[in-house]
Amino acid sequence: MAVVELDGIRKEVSTVLLDSVAVGDYVLLHVGFALETIDADEAEKTLAMFARMRAPDA
Amino acid sequence: MKYIDEFRDGLTARGMAAAIHSEATDREYRLMEFCGGHTHAIFRYGIQDLMPANLRFVHGPGCPVCVLPAGRIEAAIRLTENEDVILCTYADLMRVPAGKKDSLFKAKARGADIRMIYSATDALGIAQANPDRQVVFFAIGFETTTPPTAAVLKIARALELNNFSVYCNHVQTPPAMAHILDAGETQIDGILGPSHVSTVIGSRAYAGCCEQYKTPIVIAGFEPLDVLASTLMLIRQINAGRYAVENQYTRVVSETGNQKAQTLMHEVFEQRPLFEWRGLGSLPNSAVQIREDYAAFDAEKRFAMQGSETGETKGCICPAVLRGVSSPVECKLFSTACTPEDPKGACMVSSEGACAAYYSYGRKAAA
Repeated sequence: MAVVELDGIRKEVSTVLLDSVAVGDYVLLHVGFALETIDADEAEKTLAMFARMRAPDA
Repeated sequence: MKYIDEFRDGLTARGMAAAIHSEATDREYRLMEFCGGHTHAIFRYGIQDLMPANLRFVHGPGCPVCVLPAGRIEAAIRLTENEDVILCTYADLMRVPAGKKDSLFKAKARGADIRMIYSATDALGIAQANPDRQVVFFAIGFETTTPPTAAVLKIARALELNNFSVYCNHVQTPPAMAHILDAGETQIDGILGPSHVSTVIGSRAYAGCCEQYKTPIVIAGFEPLDVLASTLMLIRQINAGRYAVENQYTRVVSETGNQKAQTLMHEVFEQRPLFEWRGLGSLPNSAVQIREDYAAFDAEKRFAMQGSETGETKGCICPAVLRGVSSPVECKLFSTACTPEDPKGACMVSSEGACAAYYSYGRKAAA
């Protein structure tokens, strides 16, 4: 079990479905279970790709 | 919030929409979003409005409570007539119409002990707190809720919790997807693949479907920029005449999925030969059942539960909506007799149902 924080709300969730998880990780939560950890590197890559598509400020 | 707000940036959405407009040819694009989570993202963020007129999103059956036939709910209601039983279930299921205008909510009003829970572990806690009662967890959902159910069954067996059992209604995504493509009732040029389901089963799980039906599939995150980026990926595949499984949601979905969750599911569940889906009918090898090793915790065996044959509410077109054949607005009951406050069909109940999405986001006039 681990405590997650979601926009200021804290809740105890199960981490039984994860191989490894550390304090400070971001997880994908579903019905009280962490299904997967969020891969920070992959998230950054996706956001970098998105940034190239951003429309100019009007 | 980190990993959420960045994926909702308005200017990026505008840039992506412009790219979609410039790359879409004048052919028709009909893209099915399998998951109700995507249906809601599409409506909530007005994504359909950003699309060219020749691109339509077709809504799929990925709404757990929507695909559960009324007969299974009636069996659960009958079970609660036994005063020993406490039935635990996810909240959405409470208001789904069963036969004879009944529902779990109405059964609870009549005095049945039915508890809404957030997590399967809550059901386990209720069983431990009520050793003189029989606690049954009414488990539903796709591959996202199946591993949590497996986890609590394993714990219950380890604890020798003999007053706990599971009424298993877990279903599987790839067979439902294959069925819809196989039936060919509606043109589908590409599929936005599930977000959370895919974290568990992995992107490779759709390879067979993609190959067999020569249909592009892009695993898409649930945030609006994920949906837009995935739509562009589908357009590119379609324009190039390609079909492959591509993964846009790389920050959580891998090719092989969550192995630990898969191992746990296989330990507790096995393939169910036949399962009836609301809307899709009886599909072979499309759901799971509890293994013999765990038979003592199988509510269907413990209470000799029997399903019943119940038709839809008269006039309700949920089955056609679930197959992507009809739009919610084509239903005569939509927003008149059937509303989220008084749903007549399952698709109006859940926050993942297509009818609820149309209703909530003012799509009454949409075709």
